[in-house]
Amino acid sequence: MRKLTSSQRFWISFVLVIPMLIQMLAMPFHWMMPGYNWVALVTTTLIMLVAALPYWTSAWAAFKHHNANMNTLVAIGTTIAYFYSLFAMVTGRPVYFESAAFIAVFVLLGDTMEERMHNNASNALKKLLDLQVKNAMVLRDGHFVQVPLDQVQVGDIIQVKPGQKVSVDGVITSGQTSLDESMITGESMPVTKKVGDTVVGSTINGDGAIQFRATKVGQDTMLAQIVEMVKKAQTSHAPIQNLTDKISGIFVPAVLIIAIITFVVWYSFLGATLVQAMLFAVAVIVIACPCALGLATPTALMVGTGRAAKMGVLIKDGQALEEINDIKTVVFDKTGTITVGKPTVTDIVGDPAEVLTVAASLEDNSEHPLAKAVMKAAADKQITPQTVTNFTAVEGKGVQATLNDQQAFVGNDKLLADYQITDDFRQRMADLQDEAKTVILIGLAKKVIGLIAIQDAPKPTSAAAIAALKARGLQTVMLTGDNDRVATAIAKEVGIDRVIANVLPNEKAEHVQALEQDGKVAFVGDGINDAPALTAASVGIAMGSGTDIAIESGSIVLVQNDLRGVVKALNISKKTFNRIKLNLFWALIYNLIGVPIAAGVFVGLGLQLSPEFAALAMAFSSVSVVTSSLLLNKVRIGGSKPATVTQ
Amino acid sequence: MERTLALIIGLVLIGAIPWWFFGKHTETAGDAKVDGGSQAATVVVKGGYSPSTVVLKKGMPGKVHFDMKDSTACLSHVVFDKLGVDKDLTKQSVTTVDIPTDQAGEYNFACGMDMFHGKVIVK
Repeated sequence: MRKLTSSQRFWISFVLVIPMLIQMLAMPFHWMMPGYNWVALVTTTLIMLVAALPYWTSAWAAFKHHNANMNTLVAIGTTIAYFYSLFAMVTGRPVYFESAAFIAVFVLLGDTMEERMHNNASNALKKLLDLQVKNAMVLRDGHFVQVPLDQVQVGDIIQVKPGQKVSVDGVITSGQTSLDESMITGESMPVTKKVGDTVVGSTINGDGAIQFRATKVGQDTMLAQIVEMVKKAQTSHAPIQNLTDKISGIFVPAVLIIAIITFVVWYSFLGATLVQAMLFAVAVIVIACPCALGLATPTALMVGTGRAAKMGVLIKDGQALEEINDIKTVVFDKTGTITVGKPTVTDIVGDPAEVLTVAASLEDNSEHPLAKAVMKAAADKQITPQTVTNFTAVEGKGVQATLNDQQAFVGNDKLLADYQITDDFRQRMADLQDEAKTVILIGLAKKVIGLIAIQDAPKPTSAAAIAALKARGLQTVMLTGDNDRVATAIAKEVGIDRVIANVLPNEKAEHVQALEQDGKVAFVGDGINDAPALTAASVGIAMGSGTDIAIESGSIVLVQNDLRGVVKALNISKKTFNRIKLNLFWALIYNLIGVPIAAGVFVGLGLQLSPEFAALAMAFSSVSVVTSSLLLNKVRIGGSKPATVTQ
Repeated sequence: MERTLALIIGLVLIGAIPWWFFGKHTETAGDAKVDGGSQAATVVVKGGYSPSTVVLKKGMPGKVHFDMKDSTACLSHVVFDKLGVDKDLTKQSVTTVDIPTDQAGEYNFACGMDMFHGKVIVK
C-alpha cells in the first residue's frame, strides 16, 4: 500500500465512495439502494485499507512517542466511525459507514491538493535554476568549442553570440553589446556592456557578439549564490512562528479533550443518544485542523522570498522579513550607497600642471578612491608622476614626502594647522565644499599651492528612493566619514533628513546602536567598513555590488546597485508579512469557530455539522491557506516596476 | 447508570491525555555509526522521528539518513532551516542529508509544517 502516492490513493477511494455518494443524494427522494449496508461495508472497508490505514499506523507510531498530530485526529475520527458502524451492523442498528469513508476521502483530497500547491510554492527556486545554460562556447586550442557548463574553468575565454545566454560570470575581453540582466537584477532595461565590464551568468545577450574571460564558475557564480540564499530563506523561520509552535504543541491533545467533553456533556448531561453524542465528538475531532496553522507561515515565506528574488531583492531569512516591517529609521552609508562610489576630479584651483604633478607624485601608489580620482585626472592631462623620497602618511590628515628636495604634501583641511594658506584659497575651498565636493590641499615648501576638488555624485535614483521612504514616514539618516559640508550638500541633494558626518569607520556600528534606542533601524551599506553596522542594525541591507563581507553581514541583499531596492524590500516584506498574519488569523478563527459548531454549541440555532462536512471543511481550510500564500505571486507590489527618475 | 459511567470514563481520559502527551518521558539520543572516515546516523520516520535527537562527532564528514516508513502527507518533507535543506522524503525510501561537522553546534529539523521536531547535535 505504501507504493501508492496520495493522489493515487485519493482516486481509488473516490471511485469506491461513489455508491455511497449516490445513496446520499438519493436520500431526499426516499430511495434506498438494495443491500446498501453491505455495499457500504465492503467499499468503506476498502477505503479504510487504502486511505485511512496509513493515518492509523502513523498516528499509532506517533502516539507511542507521546506525540499527537493531525494524523491522530484523522485516525481517531475514522476509527470511531468505522468500528462503531461494524458494531452497529452486527447488532442491527443504523450504520455510519459513509462518515468514515467521506472523512478519509476528504482528508486525502486536502493532502493531495496541498502537496501539489506546496510544490508550486517552491517553484521559484526551480525557475531560477532553469535559467542556467547547459553549454558554453569556450576557446580551446585556438578554436571555440562547445563545452558542458561544469567543465568551464576560471580563466577560460568564452564566446557569446547575439541572443545567446551568458554561461558564467566574467569580464568582457572583446566586443560590445547590451545585456538583459532582468533575471538577476529585476531591472528590465538592457544594460550596455563594453570591454572591461563584468557580465553575469544566465543573463541574455542582445545584438552584439562578445568574448569574456570567466572569473567565477560553478558554485561561485552569482546565480548559484542567489539560489543558495533563496533556498536558505525559504526554509528559514520567522519569529512569529514561535507562536504557532506553542499552539501546535498542545493543539491535538486539547482537541481530544474538547471532544471527550463534548461527548460527556451531550450523553451524560443533555440526554442525547449514544450515537448523537458520538457524532458530535467525531465532528470535533475531524474539523480541528492544526495543518492550517502550521502551513500559514512557511508557505507565505516561501512564495514571498521567491518573488522578492525575482525582483532583485534577496531576503536572507524570515527574521529580516518580519523585522523590516517595524523599522523607524533607515541609515545610509554615503559612498557607494547613496553615491556612485567613483569620485572624479571636478575642479583644480592654482596652476593645474604644477598642482597635479605634486598630487600625482605623492598619490601614485595609493589605493584610496580619492587618490585614484587624482591619478585619473593626471593621466588625462598626460602628467607623469615623479619619484618621491621620505614618504610618510600622516594619520587622518594626508601624506607627505620629499619632491625635488622640497617638502611636499597632499591632504585634507586638517593639515591647515601646519601650513599657510591664502585667503583666496580659503574662500575657494569653502565654496567648493558647499557644492558637496571633497577638497584636498596640495602644498609645497610649507605653502598651499593649490586645491583639487573631487566629487562623488549621487546615483540618479537615490533621490527618488529616499523620497519614497520618507513618504512611508521613515526617518532617513546618512552616516559618513566625510566632512560636514560635503555630507550636508549630498544629503540636501537627495533629500536626507539627518546627517552624521566625520564618523570613523569603527564608530559606524556605535552610531547605529545609538539610533536603535529610538526604534528599529535598517542600515544600508556596501563596504568592508560597513559590515559591523550591517550586523548591529535590526536589518542590514547590503548593496549587491558591495564587498563580499558586506553581503555576508547583511540580512537583505540588493542585487541591483540601486537604492530603490530598499523600497522594494520594504514593499514585498510588508505584503508577505501581512499575508502571514492573514493566514494565521484565518487558521485560528477557523478552528475557534469550527470546533464549537462541530461540538453542537449552535444546535439551538439549527447550525449543526455532520462528521463528513466537518472533514470537508478541514480539507478546505488547509488548502485555502496555501492558496492564500500562492496569491502573493499575483498581488501588485509597488516598486516592482522601475520608477521614473526625477531630477 | 451508563451515563454516569461515560462521565467517569471521560474524566479519566481527560486526566490521562495531558499525562501521556506532556508528562516527562525520556528518550535516548541516537549515535552515529562510524565507517572508515565518515559517520552516519539513521532516523526512522514513522509518526515522528526516532530517534529525534542524533549526535555526530565534530570534524568527521557526517550524514543523516532519513528512512521513510510513513505514507501520510504530514511527514513528507524534512526541513533543516539553518542549512537551507528542504527534502521530499517520499521520492525514495532513504533520503540522505549532509551535515557540516566542522563546528560544534545544533541543527534542528522539522517536518514541512513544523509539527514534528528533531535535532542533530555536533560535538
